[in-house]
Amino acid sequence: MYAWIFRTLPGPLWFRIIVALALVAGVVLLLMNYVFPWLSQYSPWTESTIGLMLL
Amino acid sequence: MTRSAVRARTRPTVGQRLLGGFGEILITLGIILLLFVGWELWWTNIDADRAQTQVTSEFVQGLQVGPGDGTSVPERDFGPAPITEIPDGETFGVFYIPRFGSNFAHPVTNGVGMDVLNNVGIGHYPETQEPGELGNFAVAAHRQTHGQVFWNIDKFQAGDKIYLQTRKGFYAYEWRDTEIVHPSQGEVLLPVPHDPGAKPTTSTLTMTSCHPPFTTRMRIIAYAELESWRPADAGPPAEIADLVKKTMEK
Repeated sequence: MYAWIFRTLPGPLWFRIIVALALVAGVVLLLMNYVFPWLSQYSPWTESTIGLMLL
Repeated sequence: MTRSAVRARTRPTVGQRLLGGFGEILITLGIILLLFVGWELWWTNIDADRAQTQVTSEFVQGLQVGPGDGTSVPERDFGPAPITEIPDGETFGVFYIPRFGSNFAHPVTNGVGMDVLNNVGIGHYPETQEPGELGNFAVAAHRQTHGQVFWNIDKFQAGDKIYLQTRKGFYAYEWRDTEIVHPSQGEVLLPVPHDPGAKPTTSTLTMTSCHPPFTTRMRIIAYAELESWRPADAGPPAEIADLVKKTMEK
């Protein structure tokens, strides 16, 4: 999969390395800004309130 | 190298390619999981810090503090503390807690939903009392992640003060004790904690957070009692005067 993506990228090797790094950075930013915040509402690990009956 | 070996290396079989692709997916999922942990423990702090600094400075913008010449009126008894009414869903104060760090200034907002705790830090349990009122003024914040506002909640020592600034003035609470309870023990939020039906005679501040750190198994509860108060136009208490000044200049 990754080998195929790398082979498919156009341009010389140095250019493909830069594009590949940019793609990785883009995916990480997408995860950090949109996917993880959405995911965290289902995460049970950050509760800090008490007495759910009172809420 | 035999010819078949060369062919095997240059052109993997369908099975090998499927297996390779499957392996890549597993590695990717593993990395994403690690990234999620990194996001939770680190990135959320950056986002929350930015949001809380902003909310704090917006809140203090509209406040008039001190006699107007940058000084504070010397310490004296300003009488009983008035009640600060808490509007629905609004930020109504700033906590200054020297034990949590010399720069600790975090806003407190009505509500303890994830929208409050994850973004603006400290939330007030809406069904509990208001600052200055007899009874229990109870708040919650994260122990870790999302700004980890109450990270040091287990570090209180005798004599530690907790200051709350509202538009009315400065409430000074003194730490009393800390306990660890089960998450379902809502009785810590009663007007007199653990004592249903009792008539409160003091103004208690109750702070709740997770315990032990990085788990949500138990809750840590720190209690403090309202000790004194200063009206806004008397200026901040000496211990936090510099911090208040810095916060209001931001």
